[in-house]
Amino acid sequence: MPLVNGGKIVDDSFVKLAVDTPLPEGGDILVPAERFIAEADALLKRTGKVGVIWPNNRDIDELVPYLGKVAAVALVFPTFRDGRAYSQARLLRERYNYRGELRATGQILRDQFVFMLRAGFDSFEVKKQADAEAFMQTAKRYSVFYQPTGDGRITALHRRMQLRHSEGVGT
Amino acid sequence: MYAYDEIDRTLVNERVSEFRDQVKRRLSGELTEDEFKILRLQNGVYLQLHAYMFRVAIPYGTLATNQLRALAHVARKYDRGYGHFTTRQNIQFNWIKLAELPDALEDLAKVGIHAMQTSGNNMRNVTSDQWAGVAPGEIEDPRIWSELIRQHTTLHPEFSFLPRKFKIAITASDHDRAAIKIHDIGLKLIKNEKGETGFEVLVGGGLGRTPFIGKTIKHFVHGRDILSYIEAILRVYNQYGRRDNIYKARIKILVHELGIEKFSREVEEEWQHIRNSSLQIDDEVIEDIRSRFSYPNYEKLPHMPDELRQAAADADFEAWRKNSVAPHKVQGYSIVTISLKPIGKPPGDATAEQMEALADLADKYSFGEIRVGHEQNLALPHVAKRDLPALWKALDKLGLATPNVNLITDIIACPGLDYCSLANARSIPIAQELTRRFANHELANLIGRLHINISGCINACGHHHVGHIGILGVEKNGEEVYQITIGGRADENAALGTLIGPGVKFDEVADVIEDVVEAYLALRERPEELFMDTVKRLGVEPFKERVYATR
Repeated sequence: MPLVNGGKIVDDSFVKLAVDTPLPEGGDILVPAERFIAEADALLKRTGKVGVIWPNNRDIDELVPYLGKVAAVALVFPTFRDGRAYSQARLLRERYNYRGELRATGQILRDQFVFMLRAGFDSFEVKKQADAEAFMQTAKRYSVFYQPTGDGRITALHRRMQLRHSEGVGT
Repeated sequence: MYAYDEIDRTLVNERVSEFRDQVKRRLSGELTEDEFKILRLQNGVYLQLHAYMFRVAIPYGTLATNQLRALAHVARKYDRGYGHFTTRQNIQFNWIKLAELPDALEDLAKVGIHAMQTSGNNMRNVTSDQWAGVAPGEIEDPRIWSELIRQHTTLHPEFSFLPRKFKIAITASDHDRAAIKIHDIGLKLIKNEKGETGFEVLVGGGLGRTPFIGKTIKHFVHGRDILSYIEAILRVYNQYGRRDNIYKARIKILVHELGIEKFSREVEEEWQHIRNSSLQIDDEVIEDIRSRFSYPNYEKLPHMPDELRQAAADADFEAWRKNSVAPHKVQGYSIVTISLKPIGKPPGDATAEQMEALADLADKYSFGEIRVGHEQNLALPHVAKRDLPALWKALDKLGLATPNVNLITDIIACPGLDYCSLANARSIPIAQELTRRFANHELANLIGRLHINISGCINACGHHHVGHIGILGVEKNGEEVYQITIGGRADENAALGTLIGPGVKFDEVADVIEDVVEAYLALRERPEELFMDTVKRLGVEPFKERVYATR
């Protein structure tokens, strides 16, 4: 499954661990939430980056104390019709100021890219190669946004206010 | 009338081009039907019994004449020459071809019409009072706020994959024509003691398998905070609404399971985090939206023009005027409801020719504006009273002057088993038969205001729970069986109807309804006592006794 990060297809440095996989010596690991919470101290002490896979039905508040220490948070879309992780993503970015990698995993299709970028995701485990290749093109599909989110894109309402004021100066 | 600016137009065009790409990928097999389903639903495309069905949004029920002509064009070019107006200010086309859909959307986009989020588990078309801006006594035009919310809910990056569909309705009148109490969020525009605009917010109303009347979650939310408050409700719902069972996934179930107090505490807590954010709207934003609504230059006209006085001698005109013409906030003008319920025809349908002719009449008599109401009728919102006789004659020629608005033959019905893949029973033939039974205008007039609502399955698209008389078609042992309720209503005193007895067969429905009506005529205290009031006074028992005594 191709990983898109920073708009490009990249190699995934993270290895996903199951609840019971023995801990590798070094290297970057993505750990299920349950195991991460149970073994946080030990996991964070080893060399290599640690990320956590956070299920969409687990309260994000529980993760907040660790946000400064994890390198990646992977949120889950069990199917693309299940949109809970969009709320989790916005909370992580906008309320808790999480700045590390925010990865979308699960059933990820190109048709969600814009929504996901707007919600704060910057990394995508894309289901289909063709969708991953179309990432940059798809991400540019929209130029107008009605809602303010943490991604900083200027909203339609805001743009109209700017237009009003610039027109006001001219007259 | 709201005029799109370049920003709105760009977004709609970008959406059309995205959908064109999605259709292309589906046709090439790159997208599976399962993947494509969600994407097409977000653009109003259902797969029905015979063909794809295409649902187009008419936000808050306002249409310009060029928009109505574009709908007529779509009906003619891509469909079978007609469209069906729904109970949520949408129009549906029943015979559309998938490969042609992007072109149909592009044609509509040229006049500022779209089909975004008219189906699927997202925030649906924002609906409002079809008399908004013209109803006497209205606090202010609710469409300004409807448009603000329409924009905010369009392609929302957080709430486009909700547990289930989500519907918002807004009214600014004491008499609720937008049925806000049966919506996921109902907004009643009010003023606080300082004269500032805000909303009473209701949540958790809805029909379907488990009907609920909405409950007030907050008595006053200031206008500047309305987006953040809605966002807080949605965030709670998106995270905690049930996704394990489609029948328990609407917000009404979450509100019911948590209780309104606990639910409102959750929302309040979330709201406190986000209310002082960029979601706060200042007056200038509202002014900007208001500036793109245009209002007619009304003339100073007499309250009772000669033309109207003279026409009063014509009994047919008077019959139509009495139930189709309503007071306007400006003297000398009227609001005219156009019945889409001709005797013997499916409720809510209009042909391409009717739509075009009506657009011409709206240009001539209603400042180029048409409205769509949840009762599946249309309205001309600004008709000078002196033009009423001429308008009536023109409407009559088009088959659009059936004098039955708010009478027993002004039936609300879903498409039912004739079109819909979810339906268990037919709705349209029941409606057609009932209109024939009560075709006599004198009889219908004698009965007075009475709303019949028909749904062909438990999903309740015909809003049967809130019909004065509700008819629900179900399937039992391979047969269509209809359950009859009475006492429902969808207005400010919204209530759910009560079952009056065992289900009846297709052929018996019209007889039973006749019996219910006869019972009412016998039981009412005086001619002015409406059906609803008799049911309220006596309960369902006397009706039950009379209707089922001989069955």
